[in-house]
Amino acid sequence: MSNYILEMKDIVKEFPGVRALDSVCLNIKAGEIHALVGENGAGKSTLMKVLSGVYPYGSYEGEIIIDGKPQKFSNTKESESAGIGIIYQELTLVKQMNICENIFLGNEFNSHGIIDWNKAMRETKRLLEMVGLNDSPDTKIVNLGIGKQQLVEIAKSISKNVKLLILDEPTAALNENDSENLLNIIRRFKREGISCIYISHKLKEVKAIADRITVIRDGKTIETFDNDASVSQDRIITGMVGREITQLFPRKVHTPGETLMKVKNWTVYNPEVPDKKLIDDVSFEARKGEILGLAGLMGAGRTELMMSLFGAYGEKISGEVEIEDKTVKIKEPRDAIKNGLCYLSEDRKKNGLVLMMDIKENITLASLKQIAGIKGINENEEIKVANNYVKALKIKTPSLEQKARNLSGGNQQKVVISKWLMASPKILVLDEPTRGIDVGAKNEIYNIINDLVDQGVSIIIISSELPEILGISDRILVMHEGKFTAELDWQEANQEKIMHFATGGGH
Amino acid sequence: MIENMKTEKDLDQAGKDKKALEIIKLSIKNNIRQYTMFIALIGIMIIFSMLSNVFLTPRNLSTLFLQTAHIAILACGVVLVIVSGNIDLSIGAVVGLTGAVAAILQARYGLGIAPAILITLIVGAVIGLWQGYWVAYKNVPAFIVTLAGMMICNGLLLGVTRGETTATSSTFNKIGQSYLPTLFVESTPRDMIPHDTTIIIMLVVIAAYLFFEFRNRKERISYGFDVLPKTFFFLKLALVIGLIATVFIIMALYLGLPYSILILMVIGGLYTFITTKTTFGRHVYAIGGNREAAKLSGINIKNRILMIFVSSGILGAIGGIIFTARVGSAAASAGQSMELDVIAAAIIGGTSTLGGEGTIIGAIIGALVMATLNNGMLLLDVGTTQRLIVRGLVLLAAVWIDISSRKKNN
Ligand SMILES: Nc1ncnc2c1ncn2[C@@H]1O[C@H](COP(=O)(O)OP(=O)(O)OP(=O)(O)O)[C@@H](O)[C@H]1O
Ligand SMILES: [Mg+2]
Repeated sequence: MSNYILEMKDIVKEFPGVRALDSVCLNIKAGEIHALVGENGAGKSTLMKVLSGVYPYGSYEGEIIIDGKPQKFSNTKESESAGIGIIYQELTLVKQMNICENIFLGNEFNSHGIIDWNKAMRETKRLLEMVGLNDSPDTKIVNLGIGKQQLVEIAKSISKNVKLLILDEPTAALNENDSENLLNIIRRFKREGISCIYISHKLKEVKAIADRITVIRDGKTIETFDNDASVSQDRIITGMVGREITQLFPRKVHTPGETLMKVKNWTVYNPEVPDKKLIDDVSFEARKGEILGLAGLMGAGRTELMMSLFGAYGEKISGEVEIEDKTVKIKEPRDAIKNGLCYLSEDRKKNGLVLMMDIKENITLASLKQIAGIKGINENEEIKVANNYVKALKIKTPSLEQKARNLSGGNQQKVVISKWLMASPKILVLDEPTRGIDVGAKNEIYNIINDLVDQGVSIIIISSELPEILGISDRILVMHEGKFTAELDWQEANQEKIMHFATGGGH
Repeated sequence: MIENMKTEKDLDQAGKDKKALEIIKLSIKNNIRQYTMFIALIGIMIIFSMLSNVFLTPRNLSTLFLQTAHIAILACGVVLVIVSGNIDLSIGAVVGLTGAVAAILQARYGLGIAPAILITLIVGAVIGLWQGYWVAYKNVPAFIVTLAGMMICNGLLLGVTRGETTATSSTFNKIGQSYLPTLFVESTPRDMIPHDTTIIIMLVVIAAYLFFEFRNRKERISYGFDVLPKTFFFLKLALVIGLIATVFIIMALYLGLPYSILILMVIGGLYTFITTKTTFGRHVYAIGGNREAAKLSGINIKNRILMIFVSSGILGAIGGIIFTARVGSAAASAGQSMELDVIAAAIIGGTSTLGGEGTIIGAIIGALVMATLNNGMLLLDVGTTQRLIVRGLVLLAAVWIDISSRKKNN
């Protein structure tokens, strides 16, 4: 009688000290796009890992029924052959291999162990067409932008005849165009009869694409409803966080003080192509008690600019930096940190966290001096400090000794933010600070940013989400191909203007 | 806040015990490798004691400790190296070379023991500086740098020894062969009078241990953190004291505490402090865990790597001195392939070959496991062939058990 292609019944999954899933139910109809939303650490990713067999049958309680038949997956291969394809929050492509090799990794067409590359290439071409990617199948993954990598992941999973495609925060790292493109592909799959579970913290997308929405909170299913016109984003938020958020972007009027950092004629050459300038003669100022927004398209050079100022990028660099009216030489990140300049990286796994260390060790990593004396590191002080951040940022964890790798994506981000808060910076650069963070926590982070500004910290924020840049910056610099094309006050700025300058338009 | 305190006080005994169990569980989970290796060590010892009635005698166990000392000391240094994501293949060669330097300075140049030791330690530090420089500042992989270092040291060893074996003085040999003198009462292995100096040191160690445990507990309470309930706390104290006492009493019943074991204890304590309590130690783990994140957190990676290799070089020299003193001479072949035993000890003790994880106490237990196997099999007249094979298999099994237990945990 059920027209569900997938039923998950009363799923319970426990980790030491955490009940990540507490009898969750989820039903997916054939051919629907079903959004799964919830706060950081609500259990979304864990639920999907249960479904795909990453957590094998027996390690959880409850039932998984596909097309009316109970399933007992003991690994991902088995779920794949049942038609389930999953694209994880973290991409899993092998960077040094090409598209074709990646797509058929582990599923190579072969006879007696010899791979039929011609067939694989043909098949890859066909798959790439389906996802709207026109790069050659032998392009190496390293040479693809993150948006295209995402498409390769999708091509990889549809190569396995999926009936149900699961996307865990697929657009977290994508810009608007790539995201739109991705949504269209998912819509097309739907017409071809592929169902989809879509996990995202971007509620606008959820509104735009979902047929039905399931909200989970603290490991429990809160509700499932049809996504019709009567459902507003606020309605979804209320379900997720259990309270109303009146103002996502808490606009506070700041009165910028004196100039803290002055960058003059900053030029950075591409480390791979020595003659090419990535940052071209850029000058700007960051003021005390002000939020400076850096807008621009992917690849405009915002991250490279900030990383090079921080001493973590580029070899051939010219220009001058003044912090508090003193010229500073920054060769390495530690010089920058000593001068009060801190940088939160956009890639928390690669540049932010030591995954095998626990929460407190990650939080104190950049400020060990504060808690160490001649008797060594004062562990009690460390626990105390870390605990304050865990509370202030509402990091969801059973204990401070939890390894960073066992945290949900959003909570990992909060740990890295805590690390830099503890370093008490004068100038704090936040590169995509709310990537993968739920609305409630976003709001909290904006409040924290505002508090920092009140304390006289200068904030520089890089974000691909225009509403975020518009919502919290006091001043916005727009970057295009390594140059600033405009400087806008928040009152005069809007999406159209920013996009105009970000795509190289003139005044 | 006040409400919070109240509810905490209202926690009934059952709740407290549950919390204590959680703490214990977590600490077992985090140190599972050390505990399993320790249990394995006890298991191996029980098996050998059943197969051979010589094994458990104080005399044999003391010899066993003596055989382990230099490997365990070297393992302390290599833990840092491997945790930081590097490797040191030159250990054996450094041991050989520094041992020869120590011997020759005395025999050929007539230096006293103290200056000879001092110069030897400096030689070790210089070797470490050299290798560390290439790894840290010139970005040559440690595998290559230390492989080259091994060849260079082997060459130098052949040069300084001129291929001959140099005997060392009996006073010098005490470092590797002898036991601390008694203070008040003469005792021999045959009588049941325990060696008094050893007993005194044991009491000092236990007192220090108690002092630190109680101070920690008091501090934690003053911070308002959870502590183990009294019963569990005293149980833990009793267990650890029992363990310390067993080791010392075994030695006290024989000839006492050997110098080399004393050195091992000091170095083991020092390195445990460095790895767990200092910013330097924390940096080493961070570098091995995620080099990029460590760099962006402001850690001076170059300097840290340099220091790690200097430490390895100095410990190499200490190992060289003890080893030479134990053998009583320096030969051109000394130390050969010792690095393999050292690395194996660290890895059996839970140091991750991928970096970022490992403990000093684990490495020392690892060294003991390997030495016990060797010693036990020797007592049972097992041939060299079989002994090597068994030790290889044990290394393999230890790592395999570790990997599969980790998979289960995640
Ligand atoms: N391997 C693990 N060991 C211990 N705890 C874990 C593990 N994996 C997840 N958890 C915990 O389970 C809970 C749910 O995590 P999950 O990753 O499913 O959250 P999520 O809803 O995907 O969050 P996010 O939006 O931040 O990605 C979290 O509290 C997390 O700390
Ligand atoms: Mg997730």
